Amino acid sequence: MALKIVKGSIDRMFDKNLQDLVRGIRNHKEDEAKYISTCIDEIKQELKQDNIAVKANAVCKLTYLQMLGYDVSWAAFNIVEVMSSSKFTYKRIGYLAASQCFHEGTDVIMLTTNQIRKDLSSPNQYDTGVALTGLSCFVTPDLARDLANDIMTLMSHTKPYIRKKAVLIMYKVFLKYPESLRPAFPRLKEKLEDPDPGVQSAAVNVICELARRNPKNYLSLAPLFFKLMTSSTNNWVLIKIIKLFGALTPLEPRLGKKLIEPLTNLIHSTSAMSLLYECVNTVIAVLISLSSGMPNHSASIQLCVQKLRILIEDSDQNLKYLGLLAMSKILKTHPKSVQSHKDLILQCLDDKDESIRLRALDLLYGMVSKKNLMEIVKKLMLHVDKAEGTTYRDELQHTCNTKLCNCSTLILLRYISILVELTRLEGTRHGHLIASQMLDVAIRVKAIRAFAVAQMAMLLDNAHLLTGNMQRNGICEVLYAAAWICGEFSEHLEDPNQTLEAMLRPKVATLPGHIQAVYVQNAAKLFATVLRKHEGATDSQAAQETSQLLVERLPLFVQSANLEVQERASCILQLVKYIQKLQQKDVEVAEEVSALFAGELNPVAPKAQKKVPVPEGLDLDAWINEPPSESESEDEKPKAVFAKEETKHSRPRHTEVDEKELARRREARKQEQANNPFYIKSSPSSQKVYQDAPGVEHIPVVQIDLSVPLKVPGMPMSDQYLKLEEERRQKEKAEKKKKEKKKKREKHGKGKKHDSGPESEEDITPAHHVDIVTEEMPENALPSDDDDKDPNDPHKVYDIQGNLQDGSQVVVSVIFENKSDSFLKSMEFNVLDSLNSKLQRPEGAGPHDGLVVPFQLPPGVSNEARFIFSVQSIVMPQKLKGTLTFIVKSEDSSTHEKLDFKLHFTCTSYLITTPCYSDAYAKLLESGDLKSSSLRLEGVNMPFHHLLARICFHHHFSVVERIDSCASMYSRSIQGHHVCLLVKTADQTVSIDAKCDEPSLLGNVLDEIKQTFSQC
Amino acid sequence: MIKAILIFNNHGKPRLIRFYQYFAEDMQQQIIRETFHLVSKRDDNVCNFLEGGSLIGGSDYKLIYRHYATLYFVFCVDSSESELGILDLIQVSVIIVNVCFHVQVFVETLDKCFENVCELDLIFHMDKVHYILQEVVMGGMVLETNMNEIVAQVELQNRMEKSEGGLSAAPARAVSAVKNMNLPEIPRNINIGDINIKVPSLSPF
Repeated sequence: MALKIVKGSIDRMFDKNLQDLVRGIRNHKEDEAKYISTCIDEIKQELKQDNIAVKANAVCKLTYLQMLGYDVSWAAFNIVEVMSSSKFTYKRIGYLAASQCFHEGTDVIMLTTNQIRKDLSSPNQYDTGVALTGLSCFVTPDLARDLANDIMTLMSHTKPYIRKKAVLIMYKVFLKYPESLRPAFPRLKEKLEDPDPGVQSAAVNVICELARRNPKNYLSLAPLFFKLMTSSTNNWVLIKIIKLFGALTPLEPRLGKKLIEPLTNLIHSTSAMSLLYECVNTVIAVLISLSSGMPNHSASIQLCVQKLRILIEDSDQNLKYLGLLAMSKILKTHPKSVQSHKDLILQCLDDKDESIRLRALDLLYGMVSKKNLMEIVKKLMLHVDKAEGTTYRDELQHTCNTKLCNCSTLILLRYISILVELTRLEGTRHGHLIASQMLDVAIRVKAIRAFAVAQMAMLLDNAHLLTGNMQRNGICEVLYAAAWICGEFSEHLEDPNQTLEAMLRPKVATLPGHIQAVYVQNAAKLFATVLRKHEGATDSQAAQETSQLLVERLPLFVQSANLEVQERASCILQLVKYIQKLQQKDVEVAEEVSALFAGELNPVAPKAQKKVPVPEGLDLDAWINEPPSESESEDEKPKAVFAKEETKHSRPRHTEVDEKELARRREARKQEQANNPFYIKSSPSSQKVYQDAPGVEHIPVVQIDLSVPLKVPGMPMSDQYLKLEEERRQKEKAEKKKKEKKKKREKHGKGKKHDSGPESEEDITPAHHVDIVTEEMPENALPSDDDDKDPNDPHKVYDIQGNLQDGSQVVVSVIFENKSDSFLKSMEFNVLDSLNSKLQRPEGAGPHDGLVVPFQLPPGVSNEARFIFSVQSIVMPQKLKGTLTFIVKSEDSSTHEKLDFKLHFTCTSYLITTPCYSDAYAKLLESGDLKSSSLRLEGVNMPFHHLLARICFHHHFSVVERIDSCASMYSRSIQGHHVCLLVKTADQTVSIDAKCDEPSLLGNVLDEIKQTFSQC
Repeated sequence: MIKAILIFNNHGKPRLIRFYQYFAEDMQQQIIRETFHLVSKRDDNVCNFLEGGSLIGGSDYKLIYRHYATLYFVFCVDSSESELGILDLIQVSVIIVNVCFHVQVFVETLDKCFENVCELDLIFHMDKVHYILQEVVMGGMVLETNMNEIVAQVELQNRMEKSEGGLSAAPARAVSAVKNMNLPEIPRNINIGDINIKVPSLSPF
């Protein structure tokens, strides 16, 4: 026996320990893998020995090898053996190895349950500690279930060292075995007030993690945490709690209000930056969660911004970064308070740290407003020049491109020069984007074309600087835009000859084909302009020289490999040659040549096509020719033709050719559309477009992994939802664009008729969504209820009609319709009286009592009730607030419900349509008793008779006389005021001159008329 | 939650790895490589936060790291952890490692030595560093931030190990000593440079 021990010791002398292994690996740098494999063989030998010390040593080495990436799972059983050693030294090694390489799939884990239980109840606290630590890394659902009770007991161990570990590991146990949460929670809550700060901290930690997963369930603990927050001095605990509050406040705004004060105190008092930062963050979260419009919190915001400024000004990059991060959160809700620190943020752009620059840029992006735009752009441009790092620069340009464009003319001028300056940078990926922006601006804003053309001509002249970069999306795309703008708006060019020459340089042939094609085509346009100029100056010599230039240079393009370039070039070459002949005969040709490119194309809204009404008797689905037809090139829906063809006919040979041809043409057309600046790219806004554009499926749709299924009724698939979402966004964008366009048109006073004709064909719908039956009761006033009412209310829809009796009494008839499925009864109608208008209540009733509606409503039934109001003055519009209370009776229950509404007594509703003869009308106007006032409406885009109909319909006027685009109208109020209108229209502008013996009534009526037309 | 603690040197060699979520070994190595790639190209004068790598975590995860002379300490954490808090925690851990390995030095020059960490301590005593870290972070959650408490617990456990005779009994130690003598080129104590890293608010812990 003794001999054996001695032998074991001698053997061990030659064993490597961990240090030897490390040293060995360091000495075998060249054949590390080989060395390690011999080591692993040794370790395998060692593991076969009985001596636990040898085994532990081997396992320790395995842990090191595991770190180097070697799979050691084959030794799992030996690890368990070492774990079960009675010596702490070996046990610790075993648990460490287990925590590094055991996982849920390790099958020997199930052998450890009893060993771990034994260790947990060991009298040695470090045995227990090591077991807990190890278990925290490899706990499985089975282990959690079997050991939950043991761990729960340990939570009230006498030693705080064990308690804190037991508390902390409970989180892992909850994750793996959720059933344990309920029984363990009371004890966990108890530990929040443990005398030992370590245990307390652990309990806070666990609850914070739990609350992050499911905040709602932990709202009830808020008071306890609140107490801890005000009493604890442990910064780590405070940070955790404050972070937790940040997560809870969105659920419970009342909590936020309470938090503000202690947090503000902490911000003032703490010296720890980490705590300060978290406090500021949570205050921001609170302020975001509180509904805006709470002026008394501006102090808190100010404080936050102030403290953040200190962080940003700090020399520590970490504080700077976090400060900017928090600032961007404030920016979302309180942009004004951030904007005052613009200087600081601009400074951060100079920082040497790229992530700080990116953060600052992000902030600037959100801060841009009309006022500070110029300054920010200037600063940004300075930066673009010296910017390093591709991400940063791309981001910078992206900011410039997307954010800074939608502003007024002055800014657009600047924008163009920015774009031009951007092109000077090499290596950008945004060439395409810049090009399309240039085209967009130049086409849509006439006022800046001259400037744009001058800039573009300069670009073309310096094209050699750009062509170094031939990437598809590279900067040479800009030349595409430049050439087109110069050609199309060549009348603005100062020196068209020079530009023409620049466009025909041999170097151009190295550009991508589609750009060359644009060059050639626009060279022709320029040629036309040059000819005109020369013939205008009767300089036939110069004109001929220009033709000669083209004849010399164009053959280069005729040889182009690109079909489009070749075709256009040879076409134009022949044309020029013919012109040259004519010129030699001294024939004036400029007019004819210009006619080739005459006419200006206007940008077309993406929705315009849809708005064109289908002429009567035209069936778009009907066959024009017998299929297979030869005229498919202009078909609206080539795909439909296609599909039907396939199903109906056994295809003859030539059809197949046609199909190929068709496909080719379609492809070509798409290509053309893509390159045609006038064709505003198809936004997938209608179903039809979706079907026709095969490209849509290729747009990568981001897979969103949601733990909660999206609840979109009738849209079970999330990608469909995304599509819908996309569609909606596109529509919005299109609409915004349209508005923008309108604005611009107004600004520049271009009264040119826009091709939005189809829009005016919209039917005249009443402005309000209430069904008002005026025709039947021409004497009616119309107090329509206001927009505040939810039109989707399941229970009720009101139809309200006012019936005027005499000068001071108005009868309002209300139609109650039960749109729900339940029986409604005990309805009570109440209105909050104003000084001017009062609901007439029966004798004896108080001024705030409601009136009982004298009927009940079964589902789907409607009925009418009348209420009398007394009105003092009719010269002002009135809005009365009211409520309807009722009982909803369903099969097994009945509930009280309330519906708020507003009664809107417009001034118009006091007018009565009264016919008036022209001579009486003339007398009235001559009498001189009437005060006059007038109104101008701009941008009204409807036929004159529609306009008059609207005024008659909505405002109870009658037409007295109408001559061409001028009409006189008359109405009378219930108190006998005369109201006369003279309506004139010219060029989308409607002017209304009005006279009335009561000026304020007149003013209000005119306001209401204006309202009506602003809604159309 | 802390998802992983990675310590590697300036060449990306791992010195200690601790994942609190299971990854297979090759994946672990890939994560180390990616993290090293992200971290190593950053200057020392830039901020210590990185918006997560692609392999570990995702958008909610951040890398928070400190660079000491030859070593990078990287913590991968989610948004429940305070960025500055974790930075402090790294600093605290480093100091504790130093204290536990060089108690006598601690007494002599308290302030200077502990801004740095000796890579050799980690190279040859990875297991011991693990034991120290286990007293700071457990199962991905911060267990203790009080430095004195941690040092005391580590010391007590080491003392217990000593009383059991340690892992390698006397004969093996003698052999190591002999082996050590054969390799004089290995420096005993490397303390490279003193990079001045500003520690914000260390005292509150």
